[in-house]
Amino acid sequence: MSDIAHTSLYTETPRMKKRHAAEARFRAYGLTAIGIGLAMLIYLVFTIVSSGYNAFFQTRLTVEIPLSEEAITKAGKGVLKTSAYKKIIGASLREELARAGIETDMSDKEMVAIFSGKAAVELRTAVGTALKAELVSKGVEVPGELKDQEYDTVLSKKEFAELRPFLVENPQVLGSTVQFDFLAQSYVDGYMKGRITREIAERSKNISVAQLDLVDQMREAGILRKGFNTAFITGNDASEAYPEGAGYGPAILGSFAMMLVVAFLAITVGVAASIFLEEFAPKNKLTDLIEVNIANLAAVPSIVFGILGLAVFINYLGPLSGDDWLKNNSAFVGGLVLSLMTLPTIIIATRASLKAVPQSIRDAALGVGASKMQTVFHHVLPLAAPGILTGSIIGLAQALGESAPLLLVGLVLAQGAAAPESIGDFFGGPNTAMPAQIYQWSTRADPAFYERAWGGIIILLLFLVTMNAVAVILRRRFERRW
Amino acid sequence: MTLSNIFLIILVLAIVGFIAARIMVVRSAAGDIRQIHSGKNYYGWFVAIACSAPAILVLVAWMLVQFIAVPNSIVSGISQTEIDAVGSRSLVMTQIQDVASGLSKAVAQGEITQVQAIDPNVDVVELQKRFANVGVALGSGITEEVMRKAQLYRAKMADWSFWRNIAVLAVSFIGFAFALSRVNKDFRSRNAVERFLLVVLGAAASIAVLTTIGIVLSMLFETRRFFGMYPAMDFFFGTEWAASFHGDSKLGFLPLLWGTLYISLVAMMVAVPIGLFAAIYLSEYASKATRSFAKPLLEILAGIPTIVYGLFALLTVGPLLLTIFGADGLGWMADGRAVITAGLVLGVMLIPFVSSLSDDIINAVPQSLRDGSFGLGATQSETVKQVILPAALPGIAGAVLLAASRAIGETMIVVMGAGATAAVFYESPDRYLNPFEIMTTITTRVVAQLTGDGAFNSPETLVAFALGLTLFCLTLMLNVYALYIVRKYQEQYV
Repeated sequence: MSDIAHTSLYTETPRMKKRHAAEARFRAYGLTAIGIGLAMLIYLVFTIVSSGYNAFFQTRLTVEIPLSEEAITKAGKGVLKTSAYKKIIGASLREELARAGIETDMSDKEMVAIFSGKAAVELRTAVGTALKAELVSKGVEVPGELKDQEYDTVLSKKEFAELRPFLVENPQVLGSTVQFDFLAQSYVDGYMKGRITREIAERSKNISVAQLDLVDQMREAGILRKGFNTAFITGNDASEAYPEGAGYGPAILGSFAMMLVVAFLAITVGVAASIFLEEFAPKNKLTDLIEVNIANLAAVPSIVFGILGLAVFINYLGPLSGDDWLKNNSAFVGGLVLSLMTLPTIIIATRASLKAVPQSIRDAALGVGASKMQTVFHHVLPLAAPGILTGSIIGLAQALGESAPLLLVGLVLAQGAAAPESIGDFFGGPNTAMPAQIYQWSTRADPAFYERAWGGIIILLLFLVTMNAVAVILRRRFERRW
Repeated sequence: MTLSNIFLIILVLAIVGFIAARIMVVRSAAGDIRQIHSGKNYYGWFVAIACSAPAILVLVAWMLVQFIAVPNSIVSGISQTEIDAVGSRSLVMTQIQDVASGLSKAVAQGEITQVQAIDPNVDVVELQKRFANVGVALGSGITEEVMRKAQLYRAKMADWSFWRNIAVLAVSFIGFAFALSRVNKDFRSRNAVERFLLVVLGAAASIAVLTTIGIVLSMLFETRRFFGMYPAMDFFFGTEWAASFHGDSKLGFLPLLWGTLYISLVAMMVAVPIGLFAAIYLSEYASKATRSFAKPLLEILAGIPTIVYGLFALLTVGPLLLTIFGADGLGWMADGRAVITAGLVLGVMLIPFVSSLSDDIINAVPQSLRDGSFGLGATQSETVKQVILPAALPGIAGAVLLAASRAIGETMIVVMGAGATAAVFYESPDRYLNPFEIMTTITTRVVAQLTGDGAFNSPETLVAFALGLTLFCLTLMLNVYALYIVRKYQEQYV
């Protein structure tokens, strides 16, 4: 001690040096911790955007297809109809290449493999639909049993012989040339986006280097280009083999259905419960129990709510109600589960904003003769509404991103989720949700689906950011200081 | 009469009652509305509530009883030979219910007639063929007894439903008549309606309790069934997890618990130091501007859906770690999914949990303690280490426990980042201590067992409920304890 006492406070002793170094170190640890946290956030956002933005673009080929009467008739007559259309596509592409001055010695089969596997079916459907439209426009009664794509058989089948003249005389479709936009297959798309390289192509069965060379030439000639892909947002899910055609349409609708259920149930029940607890409940053991319960429910793992949904809504109440909505895969059950999960969030927010309404408002209302109930519903609730709304939106956003409980109530469809056809289907039919669809695609083998999973996350986060922004704006706009 | 028709009738009655009551009350005051006790609409609501609420209550109660009483009456009549053949009484009952719903479906689609469905002499084999046509798969071999019991089940159900409809409509009409008879100018309908409203509000508040009860009961019930098929001791103390949907699985809980705790430990090793230091810096060092910018940004990490983190673990962090520790690098890691992958990502997700809660708690430490410490010549870091942290320690411990409970209950990150193979205890320490190994968790198995294609009555599926219940208890204890110490601490300085 004595050697310290003799020196001036302005001279730094070794001990002080050590203490100041420790101080600086400690400060640096803190800054590093925040730095790591923020760096993770930036890395996460960067990963999402860089891996996902490509999903919004898709490679397409524009080819002029001459719809000759002879070729369509032949295609409708054949046993393997799509292979006939593949031939048409191949031949058309060859002419297109010749016009653009590109020479190739590639076989038709290899050339058609650049297109999506569904290209032939797409073309056939388009031709069929056009033929049907032509029949309708000429005032002919169309055979009801035919699907759209089957109208090419009208040209060759005997039972439709009397219809044939309508298509052949003064034809609108046959003999014309239409510009057709085809999806490229996912490896070509991957090449355009830089995911597939020539080294990969050398080892791949799905694409060859020669095909990639042709793709390069077609890109320069403008036959093949990358464009915005609305089908990614609106289209149906596709099976494992057609990542190029898969979209989030049904998943977005499913999530929307669930949000409707949550908005209706969780908000009404949550607000009612909060009013009771905040304005009417007597202070006793029972209300204490309810309070503790709500605090604990907020911390129960979300998957437990999924187990509850499966056991109670699907296995117990499902057969009991005989209703179509309480079953596996139904968006309604998903909504119920998410509602229970969101309830504590909404109750906590609502109680806070009810508490913020000053007592003088209640006193004034009671003073002019309103009943307790009228005071709450006519005065307190409207004044607390902005806060309640903000809390509810945040609760909804939380529910929108939740996926674990949805897996348990079957909202992950193995493949091919399609858009619902009716209101009943919208809530009760086989359904999926945004996060569940993202999870589903992450389990598939083709990396093309991973890109789409990241793309889905961009869509999901856009929704979440919008909802949170609305909540913040509402709070800023209507917040009242008493 | 279907349920929706019943509801429609009640709705119509309520609307008619609403309008009638409004007219009647004005009439009872001879057109002078100043003499009416409550507003006109309160009388309308009174009648509408009286004819709908009791009726709907009766309907729900009746259905609950119906779906317990009818199966019970059937289940007691099952012969011993049938039980021996199938395995257990409840399995036979499930079969009976499946056949019964198959019959209903077949009738609804017009495959068989209503008469055929209840005919006690109809050929079982023939009916089973018809089932296949409507897409009802019942497996092979419905015995004569099951078919007859299923027919009996349907008949009883139809009986009960018939009387239910009568009872519900009767209650609705009685309520309607009773309420209308009460309507006159002196009746205090506002008080009556408000009393009802209060009950509704109270019922809404009790839904939170009902949810908890539902969670516990549903899982307890199925867990009991599971323990009927699989010994509880083997579950809780089993050291091997090898579930196969072909039966004969080893469903030991310990490997899953170990995996869960191990991943949570890694996550906490990431989240606690980073979160705690961030909280200390934000509350003690940071300028107001830094704080208002860094705190919300950190909290974004908590608002990102877990599916995003899951994908991040599976597609970004896993492959990244694999290039460093995998076969091309150090050769420690065989698969991108591992304890370390899930643990790291989970840790990042938990940073804001730890930092926000600790921040609040450090801020709650009174300024006088800091001033006292500075006055004695301590540097800022010495104050933090020797005064503030000891004072805030119980609260911080609570915050860490809350974060740990999150980690244990987290699903998507471990499903996508940790893999599906359970820890193995007896081969080499590598299979349970190596953080670069795949290891599965409780939540992962719950998802796998419940989304797998096992029959719902098999122990392989039911084990998920036992797992869920254990998980629920585990997190509940952590939460209650954590909230207890956080609260207790907060009160100290108030």
